[in-house]
Amino acid sequence: MSTLEIKDLFVSIETDQGTKQILKGVSLTINTGETHAIMGPNGSGKSTLASTIAGHPRYTVDSGSITLDGEDVLAMSVDRRARAGLFLAMQYPVEVPGVTMTNFLRTAKTALDGTAPSLRHWTKDVKEAMTQLRIDADFAQRNVNEGFSGGEKKRVEILQLELFKPRFAILDETDSGLDVDALKVVAEGVNREHSKGNMGTMLITHYTRILRYIKPDFVHVFIDGRIAEEGGSELADRLEDEGYDRFAVQDQTTAGA
Amino acid sequence: MAETTQIDTSEKARIGAPADQEKVAIDGFTEEGENLSPFNAGSEQHGLKKHSHGDAPVIPEASRGERLKSYKLADFAPLTGREEDWRFTPLKRLRGLHDQPLTGTGPEVRVSGASNIRVETVDRTDARVGTASIPEDRVAAAAWEAFTEATVVTIPAETEADCEVTIAITGTDETPAAQHLIIHAEKFSKAVVVLDHQGKTTLAQNVEMIIDDGAQLTVVSVQEWDDDAVHASSQQARIGRDARFKHVVVSLGGDLVRLTPSSRFTAPGSEVEMYGLYFADAGQHLEQRLLVDHAVPNCKSRVTYKGALQGQDAHTVWVGDVLIRKEAEGTDTYETNRNLLLTDGTRSDSVPNLEIETGLIEGAGHASATGRFDDEHLFYLMARGIDEKTARRLVVRGFLNEVIQQIKVPVLEERLTEAVERELAAGNL
Ligand SMILES: Nc1ncnc2c1ncn2[C@@H]1O[C@H](COP(=O)(O)OP(=O)(O)OP(=O)(O)O)[C@@H](O)[C@H]1O
Ligand SMILES: [Mg+2]
Repeated sequence: MSTLEIKDLFVSIETDQGTKQILKGVSLTINTGETHAIMGPNGSGKSTLASTIAGHPRYTVDSGSITLDGEDVLAMSVDRRARAGLFLAMQYPVEVPGVTMTNFLRTAKTALDGTAPSLRHWTKDVKEAMTQLRIDADFAQRNVNEGFSGGEKKRVEILQLELFKPRFAILDETDSGLDVDALKVVAEGVNREHSKGNMGTMLITHYTRILRYIKPDFVHVFIDGRIAEEGGSELADRLEDEGYDRFAVQDQTTAGA
Repeated sequence: MAETTQIDTSEKARIGAPADQEKVAIDGFTEEGENLSPFNAGSEQHGLKKHSHGDAPVIPEASRGERLKSYKLADFAPLTGREEDWRFTPLKRLRGLHDQPLTGTGPEVRVSGASNIRVETVDRTDARVGTASIPEDRVAAAAWEAFTEATVVTIPAETEADCEVTIAITGTDETPAAQHLIIHAEKFSKAVVVLDHQGKTTLAQNVEMIIDDGAQLTVVSVQEWDDDAVHASSQQARIGRDARFKHVVVSLGGDLVRLTPSSRFTAPGSEVEMYGLYFADAGQHLEQRLLVDHAVPNCKSRVTYKGALQGQDAHTVWVGDVLIRKEAEGTDTYETNRNLLLTDGTRSDSVPNLEIETGLIEGAGHASATGRFDDEHLFYLMARGIDEKTARRLVVRGFLNEVIQQIKVPVLEERLTEAVERELAAGNL
């Protein structure tokens, strides 16, 4: 079993208007086999948390720690983090010019495993995973994300999740921009991987609808760079009914005090 | 996403005219046709600097087909840099090719490879001189007046060369020099000819390519000069009936390399493919100006040029002129240029020009895109476990491979792949 532990994390970014504090003391522990939903309104810092874990250079960690089985994640380069077993399914996957999906997937798999996958098995694995996620075979020959629709990009992120088999998967709004059918397909992909029992999942979402397909063990509500409330999956149901307004009010009160 | 854009117009249209001329607007086209490409759209999200046109005022020309052609140097006015076809070229770095006598002996020419072809050295009175080319600029005309001997490579009629032909062009000194080469593919012959440029040079060159009826000729011009070489080369092809011509430009080495390849159809039923690959490092100027002249009906042309740039003041220029004349009914043409900026401080100019004088065509389109490999691309690949060096190479190799694969001479493909690797290594990528 593995543990990803985030302790009292403060993160800021540089903007034209100066330094902006985004995460203001986030603590969270995820174990293998657990699914944690992170919910919160726009701009509350969800993607910042995800990108900071993955090591995006835009974000500065001012204090706090992230460890993976006790190892300092913040000291690792972006690629080392991935090789250590962290996977970020991005909210806005970028288009990478010049690199076909086939080439990209094989290069990444080789980097992650330290050895090239056996070509025969690998081709079969890729084909199968693509079929299950209902990704057309011709996507293999296209450049990474180039000209893919929003929904296609998300499916390709989950394709990578299934092929790379990370220890911890961070899914940043993988549900947004998906119609109901695509949402089901994507959720099935995540559940398939999760059910193997070797992965912990951090599921970032704005809406509760994906939680009908992926059952969280824990729900954390993010407000203004902090976790404002935590609970089990019943908390998601309450958010479904009440929205985030309750927290917004609370937040203003504390701010004014 | 479909990248092809077809124009179907019954009026004379001119796209990509010089900036100070009246432009004919066609829906969906900008001057560079850059909104046609998802590649470009994607990269613009990341603050892409658009490729720019020259800053100097430009002397416009009415139509590409009306450009001055002459064997006489005196017919071309001295260059100022404001001419439409010289506006991107740093004349100062031509090392006298445009305003000094071309007195050097020039690089040595050595032909090897196939055993069933003819190689001759002829003087300028030979009947074949001037059958495919007429100089279209001052440097080409200067070279025309200055050369004393030409090398003629002939693939005899109905002969398939028994292996590829290599014309090794090796320079050893920097005195401005002229050179003349003729490649003649006779009726129904078939061959691959590689022009392999290496060493030091200051060279103005004319290459005439004659493709007779039914012939299939591939010419690959590789510029792997030393760092300080200067090379201006006019490579003109005259294409007969039902012929196939493939022209591949690979420019990697040299301080200033300026190629002006052109394909002229003279009879129906022929097809031309023109490919180019260039990789400019810090300070290098690599320029290519193409012309495809559809002067007869039912011919097809495809142009694909790709360039990578890295390092301070790496500069590339691609201008693709496609002319579909009134007689050229049934023409099918598409040209595309893509550039990949690997670092800051680079500049890539890309200008497709399509002139259409008849509406009765199969299709005509162009695309030009300049993208940037930036931190977001790098982050995406590294977040999948790929280290930085591998990530950059993956992108560049993938990008340029499309053209390398077209060469179809395995030894050369391998050599060029290695050369690209060396370029990458040199740039500390
Ligand atoms: N590059 C940036 N420049 C300026 N502000 C930024 C930048 N990146 C993030 N922010 C700001 O940081 C805050 C948190 O952003 P973040 O993307 O983490 O929110 P989020 O919870 O993921 O929102 P969403 O639900 O819209 O995805 C927001 O106020 C956002 O505007
Ligand atoms: Mg977000």
